[in-house]
Amino acid sequence: MNRVPSIFYVAFVAMILSFGVNRLYAQAQTPTPTPAPSPSASDSSEQADEDENPFAPEAAPTLPPGMKGSDANDPRAKLSPGLYNAGQTAQGIKHLELVKKPDAFQLGSSNPDDPKVQKILGQLGPRSTAKIPKPMQLVIAQLAFANSDLAFQGNHLFQGNFYGVSIYDISNPAKTKLVTTLVCPGGQGDVSVYKNLLFMSVEMPNGRLDCGTQGFPPAPAPTAAEEAQMKKEKKRPAPPAQKDRFRGVRIFDISDIRNPKQVAAVQTCRGSHTHTLVVDPNDKDNVYIYVSGTSFVRKPEEMAGCSDEEPEKDPNTALFRIDVIKVPLAAPQEAKIVSNPRVFMDARTGAMNGLTNGGTHGKKGPEKPKDTNQCHDITVYSAIGLAAGACSGNGILLDIKDPVNPKRVDAVNDPNYSYWHSASFSNDGTKVVFTDEWGGGLAARCRANDPNVWGADAIFNLNNDKLSFESYYKMPAAQGDTENCVAHNGSLVPVPGRDIEVQAWYQGGISVMDFTDAAHPFEIAYFDRGPIDPKMLVLGGDWSAYWYNGYIYASEIARGLDVFELTPSKFLTQNEIDAAKTVKVNELNVQDQQKIEWPAKLVVARAYLDQLSRSQALPVGRIAALENAIQSAEKSHLSNDAAAKLKSMAPSVQKDAEAAKNQTDSKRLRALAEILEHPAA
Amino acid sequence: MMVTNIRDRISCKNQVYAARPFVTSCGLFAVGILAVFCSTAGAQQAAPRSPVVVQPGAPGKPSKRLPSSTTGKLPPASQANAEFMQGMIMHHAQAVEMTALIPSHTENKELRTLGARIRHSQADEIRFMKRWLTARGEPLSAPMPAMAGMGMPPHHSMPLMPGMLTTEQMEALRKARGAEFDHLFLTGMIQHHEGALTMVKDLFDTAGSGQDAELFDFATDVDSGQRAEIRIMQAMLEKKTPEEKQ
Repeated sequence: MNRVPSIFYVAFVAMILSFGVNRLYAQAQTPTPTPAPSPSASDSSEQADEDENPFAPEAAPTLPPGMKGSDANDPRAKLSPGLYNAGQTAQGIKHLELVKKPDAFQLGSSNPDDPKVQKILGQLGPRSTAKIPKPMQLVIAQLAFANSDLAFQGNHLFQGNFYGVSIYDISNPAKTKLVTTLVCPGGQGDVSVYKNLLFMSVEMPNGRLDCGTQGFPPAPAPTAAEEAQMKKEKKRPAPPAQKDRFRGVRIFDISDIRNPKQVAAVQTCRGSHTHTLVVDPNDKDNVYIYVSGTSFVRKPEEMAGCSDEEPEKDPNTALFRIDVIKVPLAAPQEAKIVSNPRVFMDARTGAMNGLTNGGTHGKKGPEKPKDTNQCHDITVYSAIGLAAGACSGNGILLDIKDPVNPKRVDAVNDPNYSYWHSASFSNDGTKVVFTDEWGGGLAARCRANDPNVWGADAIFNLNNDKLSFESYYKMPAAQGDTENCVAHNGSLVPVPGRDIEVQAWYQGGISVMDFTDAAHPFEIAYFDRGPIDPKMLVLGGDWSAYWYNGYIYASEIARGLDVFELTPSKFLTQNEIDAAKTVKVNELNVQDQQKIEWPAKLVVARAYLDQLSRSQALPVGRIAALENAIQSAEKSHLSNDAAAKLKSMAPSVQKDAEAAKNQTDSKRLRALAEILEHPAA
Repeated sequence: MMVTNIRDRISCKNQVYAARPFVTSCGLFAVGILAVFCSTAGAQQAAPRSPVVVQPGAPGKPSKRLPSSTTGKLPPASQANAEFMQGMIMHHAQAVEMTALIPSHTENKELRTLGARIRHSQADEIRFMKRWLTARGEPLSAPMPAMAGMGMPPHHSMPLMPGMLTTEQMEALRKARGAEFDHLFLTGMIQHHEGALTMVKDLFDTAGSGQDAELFDFATDVDSGQRAEIRIMQAMLEKKTPEEKQ
């Protein structure tokens, strides 16, 4: 989630309790149950505000001419609402379980009269609770406890939260168990893990070095003398610099998974909205962290050298840069910022703000075009020496062979893009999928009338360090006006021979997309729930959906953690799923993309055969013969005879590869021949 | 530590093993006692280890175990948060008022498009701020003394938030038409937006403010959105100047 570009229906709340928001809505409306006036169009709308129910969703504007919306007839379009009992539907995916958010990240009661709730509300302000409708009291300020991104290591899953990190044991994914809740607020809690180190992003001003939950107190009431001074100078006195405040990247030692310890906290000027782990293949002693800060620059009194001036006024501005942290693995406590690359610089003029043209939705949309003075997220692919940055108004490509000094090699813009949010490479590095977080993730942007090229993925070909646009992909089902929905985080699904990504769409659920043909991406599986509430938008849905060692895990903002398994369909065979499951990794940080290598197992060969059959790249008879040979080899546990038989078939497949009609099938045939040549047991 | 760490217990199996010589020498009574103990320990062993709640300390400091009943806590409320929202509603309302003049005051297509966009986003944001205030039981506008606290001269007839156009400036805008209106609108809206940046800066410069997650996201977006629009309006002004000179 990024900061909130144009907040349409933000409910500031993630309903954490299975409490009827219907009731809440009804009470919220009193004493003025006037329906909201129609949006924007009428001149009277500005004056009607006092009577307006600010919680009522706004109708989607009409589609711009020539554009298409989303499919209102899809089974996902009209699911019944509920927090834990919403209607759900799936295709090609089996939902294994939902693990509810831990109590430490909830207000802890479903009863608004519970003294606990009243105590918490008391923290909001002395005069606040009396006027708030009772049910509403349960859902205030839930963004403070929103689940965010995921990282994986061995049998452990790390789920970030604005309030800390939850660590789960996933040794039996269908029976995922909470191990540790790490309380350490500061949002958004973006996480990465490397060996014994856990990294966490902090950007908000309540972040404290000591992980305290108390934040920082408001200034005491001014004395008479101070009041006089204030009147004279017409401003508040500057607050004291808070040496205990923390905004940046925390580093925890997780050697004892039940007792993580903070070993370092690297302060940055803009905090850390997201971060990316960078492992230099040539440097075994250190890892690097690319820090993307998107929020306000702190004062120099609090952190020396921080400046929020425009670059014309201050060449040392903290805007228009990323920060690079070097982490010595033997001494992580010595982690520090080692460079502040000016990745938006105009190489010819030397201007730091070389990419200010922003991305817009053209001249018709309500969106604000964004400046490019920040990256939102960066995905590095060290195996090919490149990183793709999703940087507010632009998508950029960085050469990271020298990880401390990344150099921009390309930048793209898109007329339909509002906010460049995240990126992922295809495994062979010939494509990049960018996402557009139109509406900031807190708004309904998948309604039937929302254009299907806004808030979508944009798929680019990547060739010789140049990006060229091919197509858009948006989760095709229309969603309701109380479901926050837009493209969000996803990862590759390691099906050999195809490019497949599983992706989270907030309350649009998760969608699995095939982009093997960059010009024609299509959906192959999905899962979706109904809205948390039918009458007001309550923040929720999937932040990230990632494949890890055979399962799909999705971080649900309000509800918890979902676990899924792919199931065969006309778009994906059991062999392809089994082949994907042969890929095992020890760690997964999705934004530190690793090259997927498949073992030369016969099930991988079967997956290729299924694909060659689907694309009709080989005659039916050839496919049957190859399948028979593979089956015999499997039955005989790869006897010498069976292996010899497979080997004898390899040269003809190799020949077919040379004669194949397209690159995709040619690659599949070559990979198949390779396995036939040297099959692994 | 406040919670017993079950892992620290020795497993029942190991105890039986180690205790065997003792059992054989001490007879059935001891076996009985051990069996009772073991069945208890065994039951605990079979149950999944319960999750722990841990709060790390500052870098280099030990972490502490919190009770399993720990629930979430919000950062302290700040009156300046509510004042920021109340002030920004008033601030945004003037931008909406300014953009409402566009259809009758200029034919400039580019300005009309920009105006529509500003109007739409500011109206949206007003709705958001009203939701934020309503959900917290705060009034939608601040009482006068609070305004004075924001640095406004007390007892001024109409307290203005930073960057807001004065009555005189608004009057001049209303009277202008065509190119003159375009110029006054752009310079006025740049002044107005810069005021919003000042308000955000003031918010984060106020002790204890901006710690509410929704408000933090909102204020961050106001800042980046208005910076971008200022840049666009500056570009429009620069582009217009040569034409006007002709």
